[in-house]
Amino acid sequence: MKKVLLATAVFSGAVLALEITGAGSTFVYPIMSKWAYEYNKVTGNKVNYQSIGSGGGIRQAINRTVDFGATDGPLTPEEVEKNKLLQFPVVIGADVITYNVPGIGKTVLNMDQKAVCDIYMGKIRKWNDPYLQQLNPNVKLPDRPIVVVHRSDGSGTTWIFTNWLSKVCPEWKEKVGYGTSVKWPVGVGGKGNEGVTNYVKRSQGGIGYVEYIYAKQNNLPAARIKNREGNFVEPSVRTMQEAAKNAKWDKSKHFYEVLTDQPGKDAYPITGATFILLAKDQPERAKKATTFFKWAYEKGDKYAEELNYIPMPANVKKLIFEYWKEHGVAP
Amino acid sequence: MENVAEVQKSIKEIKTRGEFLERFLKFSFGFWALFAGLLFPILAGVILLYEARLAIEKFGFIHFLTYTNWDPVAEDFGALTMVFGTVVSTILSMLIAAPVAIGIAIFITELAPNWFKPIVSTAVELLAAIPSIIYGLWGFFILTPIMATKVEPWLQDKLGDVPLIGKLFQGAPTGVDVLTTSLVLSIMIIPFMASVVRDAFNMVPPIMKESAYGLGATKWEVIRQVVIPYTASGIAGGLILSAGRALGETMAVTFLAGNNPQIPKSLLDSFTTISVALANQFTEADTDVYLSALYYVGLLLYLVSFTMLGIAKFMVLRLEKRWKV
Repeated sequence: MKKVLLATAVFSGAVLALEITGAGSTFVYPIMSKWAYEYNKVTGNKVNYQSIGSGGGIRQAINRTVDFGATDGPLTPEEVEKNKLLQFPVVIGADVITYNVPGIGKTVLNMDQKAVCDIYMGKIRKWNDPYLQQLNPNVKLPDRPIVVVHRSDGSGTTWIFTNWLSKVCPEWKEKVGYGTSVKWPVGVGGKGNEGVTNYVKRSQGGIGYVEYIYAKQNNLPAARIKNREGNFVEPSVRTMQEAAKNAKWDKSKHFYEVLTDQPGKDAYPITGATFILLAKDQPERAKKATTFFKWAYEKGDKYAEELNYIPMPANVKKLIFEYWKEHGVAP
Repeated sequence: MENVAEVQKSIKEIKTRGEFLERFLKFSFGFWALFAGLLFPILAGVILLYEARLAIEKFGFIHFLTYTNWDPVAEDFGALTMVFGTVVSTILSMLIAAPVAIGIAIFITELAPNWFKPIVSTAVELLAAIPSIIYGLWGFFILTPIMATKVEPWLQDKLGDVPLIGKLFQGAPTGVDVLTTSLVLSIMIIPFMASVVRDAFNMVPPIMKESAYGLGATKWEVIRQVVIPYTASGIAGGLILSAGRALGETMAVTFLAGNNPQIPKSLLDSFTTISVALANQFTEADTDVYLSALYYVGLLLYLVSFTMLGIAKFMVLRLEKRWKV
């Protein structure tokens, strides 16, 4: 009798607990697994997230092989409609520009769009270029070649970086464009944030872009970037949230909004967000995912901050909840 | 009398059981051999072809193979840079590895004292067991800084002004380039190559060597005029089999190649190979044409490897023919 009861208990438990599957962006993997762990402790529901890359996340969401996909670059509203998906942002991230300039110590350098664009186009080739020197009047920049480093693997980090360059630098837009991997005019490619960091650290005069979290954890120098209002802004939780707050999030456009180059006095310009994709035509599956994300939005901010992720601002969360309701996938 | 019948019966039983087992094994092993040996490669080829159809349609074969642009944003793809990188790094690593490996094999079979042979043999074989990522990390963290600060500037200094050869050593020495990659690749394939060549050397009938010695030949003459000619196609087969490994090597090359889809202008320029491009870009390939182009590149690697192994097989067949004579 006892055995039967136990078996029933186990069995019904297995039926009641939700099993939610997701796949995509490697950038959100640490916070996804943290959320999944905490969420499982509270509710008993299991979230299985596979960090296979944004491209894979999009494909699996379109093929309906997972309950939700995650991508660092948003799909356009047309793509979302065409594939009968829903899309909303989940956390904010950013790229920082890190460098290894001999002889300047811990000085934080100033960079603007023209400087970064010209360096990555191969037009500014030396650190003591007059343009860089004029941006940093108080630093004596050395007469050294700049070693340009970029990602070799397809990546959301590259997506954000090249998207920003395409917005602020017409030449970049015309000759290179943006994507998870692009045809780089100059430089060497490192695999992953760690690959880029290693190249930069090792070459005297290296420059590269890495994820904010990675830079923070590894104490890498990060340049101040000139934003749209003309201020030089350091990357930080506050300046990135500023960018997200000022963005024009639009429910009817499935939150298609890229956070690069946003208005705002203190908005950090190379900011981006990771987006979740749900199947609109399978509301039951979508609801499974939204129960998880509702919990994450309401209870998950502190875990995100522990891991240096930037949670969505409150006003955006409200919009997302309304968006779910409108499409009948609210938990 | 009864006993005899019983024994006969049990013999018959054993026989049928044996026959059944034999037939069963024949069938199941045959199936696996057929599946792994024939069906699987064909299936893999068909799947690659199917997944690549979009890119094949769009870019054609000759154009795709000879075009150097690789631009995911404009969805304009050509595979020449990767094919070139794959072939060049393989050939270079073979050029470095072959003399060393043959030297090791000669040492093990002909020169080393008997007690020392198994030690060297085992040590070389152990090298082959090191996972390629270890070679990659070692190359990246230990070798590239040395190459970038010591070896490559020195090479530029000594050879940079020599006509023709000097061209191979132009550009800023970064350590992540064709030269370092080929060097590490060669270290990876040496043990493999040395083992195969050693086995070929061991196949030389002792009587032939002894006859040569009997005629007054020196050790060097025996090696040059008996052992190497006798095993020539075996050596070639071994070399080409190791080339197969260099062709497909991914992990180590990812760390060392600099990962730029360009035709390297010198040995100190960064480049990429087919397998590296696949490993780097597959996960984030977000459009159909992009993904299909990657499959197409994979198909090219498949074809190149197949051709290489075909040639190797041909060499080995020739060797076997010679043994029979």
